Amino acid sequence: MSTGTTKLDVVVSDVVPVNELVTRFHFRRRDGQMLPTFSGGAHVVVEMRDGDRTRLNPYSLMGSPLDTREYTISVRRDDVGRGGSLFMHRSVKPGLEMVISYPVNLFSLDLRAKKHLMLAGGIGITPFMAQTAQLAGEGGNFELHYTCRTASLGTYADVLRERYDRRIRLYHDDRDERIDLDRLLSTQPLGTHLYVCGPAGMINWARDRAASLGWPSEAVHFEHFAAPQPGLPFDVTLAVSGKTIRVGEQQSLLEAIEAAGVDPPYLCRGGVCGQCETNVISYDGKFIHNDHWLSEEDHRSGCKIMPCVSRFEGRSLVLER
Amino acid sequence: MGITFRKETFRDDFTFRNSPEHIRRFPFPFHEDAYMYAVNIEPHVVGPKGSVLENLIDVDEHYVAEMQDRALVLAEDPLRCQSLPHMTLAGWDLLELLMEQQALGYPEHFTLTRDGDRWRWINRPLGIDDTFTFGDTSTLPYGPMEYITRQSQGDFCILDQRDGNLWMDAGMVTTQADWSLDFDIGMNFFEWHAPVPLAHEKGIFTRALKFLTNIQQGKPARRLNWTMTINPRLDTSPENYHKWGPDRTTVTPENVGDKVHLRVELQSFWRLPRSNGIVFPIRCYLIKMDELVTQPKWARRLHRVIRDLPEELATYKGLTRYRPTLVEWLSRLDDGSVTSPGFGPD
Ligand code: FES
Repeated sequence: MSTGTTKLDVVVSDVVPVNELVTRFHFRRRDGQMLPTFSGGAHVVVEMRDGDRTRLNPYSLMGSPLDTREYTISVRRDDVGRGGSLFMHRSVKPGLEMVISYPVNLFSLDLRAKKHLMLAGGIGITPFMAQTAQLAGEGGNFELHYTCRTASLGTYADVLRERYDRRIRLYHDDRDERIDLDRLLSTQPLGTHLYVCGPAGMINWARDRAASLGWPSEAVHFEHFAAPQPGLPFDVTLAVSGKTIRVGEQQSLLEAIEAAGVDPPYLCRGGVCGQCETNVISYDGKFIHNDHWLSEEDHRSGCKIMPCVSRFEGRSLVLER
Repeated sequence: MGITFRKETFRDDFTFRNSPEHIRRFPFPFHEDAYMYAVNIEPHVVGPKGSVLENLIDVDEHYVAEMQDRALVLAEDPLRCQSLPHMTLAGWDLLELLMEQQALGYPEHFTLTRDGDRWRWINRPLGIDDTFTFGDTSTLPYGPMEYITRQSQGDFCILDQRDGNLWMDAGMVTTQADWSLDFDIGMNFFEWHAPVPLAHEKGIFTRALKFLTNIQQGKPARRLNWTMTINPRLDTSPENYHKWGPDRTTVTPENVGDKVHLRVELQSFWRLPRSNGIVFPIRCYLIKMDELVTQPKWARRLHRVIRDLPEELATYKGLTRYRPTLVEWLSRLDDGSVTSPGFGPD
């Protein structure tokens, strides 16, 4: 069966600058119906028609799951990235018709938790916008620690403070404020679950500290905001479809495969869900595995690759696609 | 035109029957003359008119009788319905799904009206007309899962997804083929599948789990499973083995047609939107041999399937005792001609 996600036809109903880097986009259904219900932490994949390229980028839904008249996402402009965020900032205007996927949740709340302890870094705040709204609606116990570079880049910090008051703690890098993580982690009530979303360094730090303080790994949840990294162009042969394609500098392997008319499965496009896993038939060169799905052993074996984020440098690569 | 609901029983005097139209819509599970265990999953999309797939949640002539039988089972054994505390939200998800689908498919029998969180649910076959607040358990006579699954045919397992696994953390299970919610509750996917033979190469289960954890909202999937039951008993739980187990020794060449039933389970898999859980509705269809063989193609094919079934599978499905009697009886209806491809009758 096809594993592509189900699509929704939407129209951009509003575009709101939030600060110098972040812009918020609102979507409504073209047919005027309600959008599907979702759960806090879910993302949608937004299709961007940028000239003759189609970009597909995942963004967390940040509105309240209790209100599905519209979906909202926030996009941080990345001037050195591959261009998706720039396209959103420059070309997406109210009234534009777009296609997005149904919501997919790879960062869901563990509803058994007695308390939800959340750590956000930068634009990693977006999934927590929906999660806090969901928990607040059910009288759930949560506490959010949010670090950002400066107060003016504290996206939605004011909104969160106003909604939840002391359940929100803010930390500003330019004032040298830092989460006292060890103390925080060692003073939580039994049954607390930890959620982290932000830069890789922050996620690794939190996972590491939690592990050494004896937190069970089932109580630690995280979402990488990993966009595919650009790199040197390379050639790939797709054995099943019999095509040879070139992966451009700014393109991911998955995008190049899609551009060649092959329709591989995906859910996250960020190297975490496992959907796009592909067998390597032969290779001569070296993999740059950027995914968080395959094991170390898989990486070393050279038998598998996650085309949504991983790259290759070398003479030849043949994939089973 | 609405459905005419039958008055019938699944115990004691066993008056359960399928009408001729229902025989033709029976989900016969064998598309060829042999059966092999396989993870035969496909998208759960609407199928042909007049089939059990005409609607994604099927309601048929046995609805009222099945709901009465469920109430009897629950009265004797309330543990057939359980929901761990963190699964209440998933229960509301399921309530919404079942009310929406039943009202959509059978507007003459079910009506759902919503005014924000104020919902009104009318179930005419069962004489129910309730107004409640969505999300507020105190406004319903039972928890949301129990409330709606006392009004929906089939068993329901609600699974929580976490740590890359699925956990059987809630369910309404009164018509199961020899497994027990009370035993499986709180177990993960590998734990509750531990007893299945032949599928044991770990690969099958790892792949199945991967598929299920990736089930997406708006894209349900389904598969068919089958076994056989003596007498049209819905409740063949391990708890009641002493009641149905001995039935297997009562099959004689004279009563095969009346006693032996093919039991087909249509399992579907849905992602629940608010809780991010997964629900498996397991819908059970029963047909006695006398009814099944009114379709000559099915009679010929079932004969070949049962005759050639590997011994381990026959044992697993509990057919061993009466298989020779059944095969002998079916063989008289198999003229050796070729069966046409596909599931449907000719
Ligand atoms: S699409 Fe999720 S890992 Fe590649």
